[in-house]
Amino acid sequence: MKKRICISIKPFLYLLPAIIIVLVFRFFPILYVARVSLFKWGIGGAERFTGFGNYLKALSDPYFWQSLTNTLWYVVFVVPLSIFFSLFIALLLNSKIKRIGFFRTVYFLPVVTSIVAISMVWKWIYHPKIGLSNYTLTFLHFPPQRWLSEWRGIFEIIIGRNLPDVLAGPSLALLSIIIMMVWKGIGYNMVIFLAGLQNIPRNYYEAAEVDGASGFSVFRHITWPLLSSTTFYVLIISTITSFQVFAPVWLMTGPPAGGPLGSTNVLVYHLYDAAFNFSSYGYASAISMILFLIVLTLTIVQRKVVERRVYYE
Amino acid sequence: MKKFLIYIFLSVGALLFIVPFYWMVVTSLKPAVEAVKFPPTWIPMAPRPENYIDALKAAPFGRYFLNTLFIAIITTLGVIITSSLAAYAFARMQFKGRDVIFLLFLAMMMVPMPVYIIPGYLILASFGWIDTFYALIVPWIVNVFAIFLLRQHFRTIPKALYDAATIDGCSELGFLWRIAVPLSKPAVVTIAIFSLLASWNSFVWPLVMTNREEIRPVQVGLAYFIQEQSTNYTLLSAASTLVVLPVIILFFFFQRQIIESHMKSGMKE
Repeated sequence: MKKRICISIKPFLYLLPAIIIVLVFRFFPILYVARVSLFKWGIGGAERFTGFGNYLKALSDPYFWQSLTNTLWYVVFVVPLSIFFSLFIALLLNSKIKRIGFFRTVYFLPVVTSIVAISMVWKWIYHPKIGLSNYTLTFLHFPPQRWLSEWRGIFEIIIGRNLPDVLAGPSLALLSIIIMMVWKGIGYNMVIFLAGLQNIPRNYYEAAEVDGASGFSVFRHITWPLLSSTTFYVLIISTITSFQVFAPVWLMTGPPAGGPLGSTNVLVYHLYDAAFNFSSYGYASAISMILFLIVLTLTIVQRKVVERRVYYE
Repeated sequence: MKKFLIYIFLSVGALLFIVPFYWMVVTSLKPAVEAVKFPPTWIPMAPRPENYIDALKAAPFGRYFLNTLFIAIITTLGVIITSSLAAYAFARMQFKGRDVIFLLFLAMMMVPMPVYIIPGYLILASFGWIDTFYALIVPWIVNVFAIFLLRQHFRTIPKALYDAATIDGCSELGFLWRIAVPLSKPAVVTIAIFSLLASWNSFVWPLVMTNREEIRPVQVGLAYFIQEQSTNYTLLSAASTLVVLPVIILFFFFQRQIIESHMKSGMKE
C-alpha cells in the first residue's frame, strides 16, 4: 500500500515545476483576461462589473473598427504575398542547383534578426527625403513617396483621387510595414515549403518527364496538389501570426498615435494603447478576448480540415 | 540555360535580402554628414568606426547586454531543467491523468502571445514583480514546445537501458541526468539555442513589464535609443549592428538546429 502511494506521487514531483508555471502563467491568465474583460478595470483594479459593456464599447469605438480593418488589410496583403514569394523561391531552390545552402542562409537571415534592428534599418530606407526607397523610385523616374508618414490609401495614390473608406485600401504607411514584414517572413515559409517539396516522391516527376509534360503543367498537376497540405499549413500559420502584428507598428509608426491618422493602428496596438496609455485594462482585455477568439477559430478550422486531409494520396 | 535563369532570379532575390543588412553596416561606418548625402554613397568615403564607440557611450549598452545575457542564460537553464523533468514524466511514467495533462499543456501552445500581455501584466503587478528580473524570467522558464520535443526523444530510449542502469544502482533522477538527457543531446542543443535566441530577441514582453534602465534588456534598450536619437542614423546603425551581430554569429554556427527548431515550433520570431 505504501509503495503504491510512492509511485503515484513521484510523477507529479517531476511535473511540479512545469505545472506551476503553466498554471500560473499560461492557463490562469486566460481565465483572468476573460474575467477582467467583464469589468470596468482601472489602475486600482476592478471598479465595477459591466457584463459585456467592454465588448459593446468596442463595437461602437471607431478606433477599434479602424484597428480591425487595418489588421485585416495587413493579413490580406501579407499572407498571399508571403506565400507567393516563398513558394517561388522554394521551387527555384528545389531544382537541383548548387549553393542551395548559401541561398537558404541569406533568405533565412531576416527571420532570426531582431525586429527592433530591422525596423530601424527599414525606417531609414523609407526616409522620405534621403531614404534608399525614394532614391530607387526617382532613379526609375517615379515620384518619391512619404512612406511611413503617408496616411492616404494605396488605391487612392494609384488612381490619384480620393476614395471612400474601405475602397481606399491600406495606407501607404501600413503597406510599408507590410512590405518589410513579408521580407522578414519569407525565409520561414520558404524552409517549410522546401521540406514539403522534398517529400514529394521523385517517381511522379520521372513519369511526367517520360510523358513529356511541360514545366508549368508539372507544377499545376503534380507539385501544387501534392503540396496542398503544406500550403494550407503555411496559410493558417501565416494568418494566425499576422493577426498578432504589433512590434513593427510600435517601432516604425508609433508611439503615440499608431501611425499617421491611426492608419497603422492594429488590434494589438489598440489593446496596448488602451491598457498602458489609458489604463483601461477591462477594455483592453475585451479586445484581447476578441483577438483570442479570432485565432482560436482559425486554429479549429485548421484542425478540422487537416482531419479531412487536403492532400491526395 | 534554365539553370542560368534560376541563378539570376535567386541572386537578385538574395541581393534584396542582403541590401538592408549591408545598408545598416555601411551607415554605421559613415560620418554623420556623409550618411545624409543624397544621392547616397554605397561605400563610405571616409570610414568612421568611432561611431561604435559613440553609440556605446550614448546609452548604457554594456548594461543592457549583461542584463540580456543574464536573462537568457537563466531562462535557458530553467527551460532545460523543467522540460527534462516534465518530459521524462510524460514519456516514461504511468500515472492517472497523464495524457489529459499533456494535452492541456499542448493546448496552451495555441494561445497567441499578445493575449497574455494584459493578464500577464496584472498578475505580475499583483506579485510586485513589475520592473524586476522575475517578470522577465519566471514566466518563460517553462516551454511546452521543449517538453514536447524532449518527450519524443525520451520515448525512443530502450527500456533495457533503464533496467541495466537501475540494476547497477542508478536512481531514476540519475538515469534522467546521466543517461536520458545526454542521449537526447540533439534535442537539448536545439532547445538551448532556440531559447537563447528567443531571449535575445525578446521585445514586447520586456517592453511592457519593465521601465527601469538597470534591468532593461538589449532590445528594449535599443528601441528607446532609436526613439531618443531618432535622426542620428549613424549611431542607430552602429548600435543595431552590435545588437544583431551575436545572433548572426550564432546563426552561422548552428544554422541547421535554428531552422529546424523554427519549423517544428511553428514560431516565427
